[in-house]
Amino acid sequence: MTEPLATWLYAVTAAPVGGAPPHGLTGVADEPVRLVERAGLAAVVGSVPLADFDEDALRDHLEDLEWLERTARAHHRVINGAARLGQVIPLRFATLYHDDDRVRAMLEERREDFTATLRRVTGRTEWGVKAYVDPASFLPDPDEGESGGDSPGTAYLMRRRAQRQDQETAHLRATERAEEIHASLAALAVATAAHPPQDAALAAYEGWMVLNNSYLVPDDRTEEFTDAVTALKERHPTVTLELSGPWPPYSFTAPPQPAGEVRRAETPS
Amino acid sequence: MTRAIERREVALVDLLDRVLAGGVVIAGEITLTIADIDLVRISLRALIASVRVEDDARGTDGARVAHEGEGDRYDG
Repeated sequence: MTEPLATWLYAVTAAPVGGAPPHGLTGVADEPVRLVERAGLAAVVGSVPLADFDEDALRDHLEDLEWLERTARAHHRVINGAARLGQVIPLRFATLYHDDDRVRAMLEERREDFTATLRRVTGRTEWGVKAYVDPASFLPDPDEGESGGDSPGTAYLMRRRAQRQDQETAHLRATERAEEIHASLAALAVATAAHPPQDAALAAYEGWMVLNNSYLVPDDRTEEFTDAVTALKERHPTVTLELSGPWPPYSFTAPPQPAGEVRRAETPS
Repeated sequence: MTRAIERREVALVDLLDRVLAGGVVIAGEITLTIADIDLVRISLRALIASVRVEDDARGTDGARVAHEGEGDRYDG
């Protein structure tokens, strides 16, 4: 008896001219990775046991951080591996089809879309930049808003209010700084994408994360971009900047969004 | 075995930002709507629980309360 399988999609690429599939790569279920071709495109796929990857099983698994980490890394590893052979369009985690024929039909149907996306990201690479600040560095000077309360109760309330205002001021200043940094980097990128601030426990940082963005940078500006990050680090010693990448263009292969909007970090309480 | 291909391991959080929320969405026949941060938070809870145990052991304060009570949903 054979186990029912489903086809897990990792990426879509232009069909390889040399016909070389990604040898030696294994996927989320340790399965060998292969190509499904149609319409001048190739889907990088693997066959995974349906019992482990149908909707219910996935929901259960996703509660398990160890499983999520292992599987997310496997997904990423395959996409990275395929990217060494040519430009890839990464597919969102957990995109499955019942069989290869349906994948072929999908490639056919979305040919234009994929082709346009491939054109858009080719020769460009995603870089991630995060910024954290220590709120204390952005607090107003203590003598900026001195107030002489009369009764101890009033003085206490005034102090509390001043503290709250100081926090707000600090957050505003930190956000402005982050926007300056973002503007400098965005000038070197062809597109930007904002991710929500990361959870402090998972990302293991202290203070506020004021920037968590991705930049799609033309490959011939890579050095300029990384140099800019280094220069910004020096110019803004109160901000901790972290560069990650190069990434496959995860954040830039979805249908184009209305430009501009960068989500701000929320004020932590 | 080509284990050396991963020249360094990327941070899980950075990876989740991209793998879960990024990439092309196509109407797979079995595609979970896991794009949104809610899912990450659900899984985060498991992690935070384990992080806290370590933190407590080290005597760190309990100030890192992450998104308590938010979104018990899978979908966006």
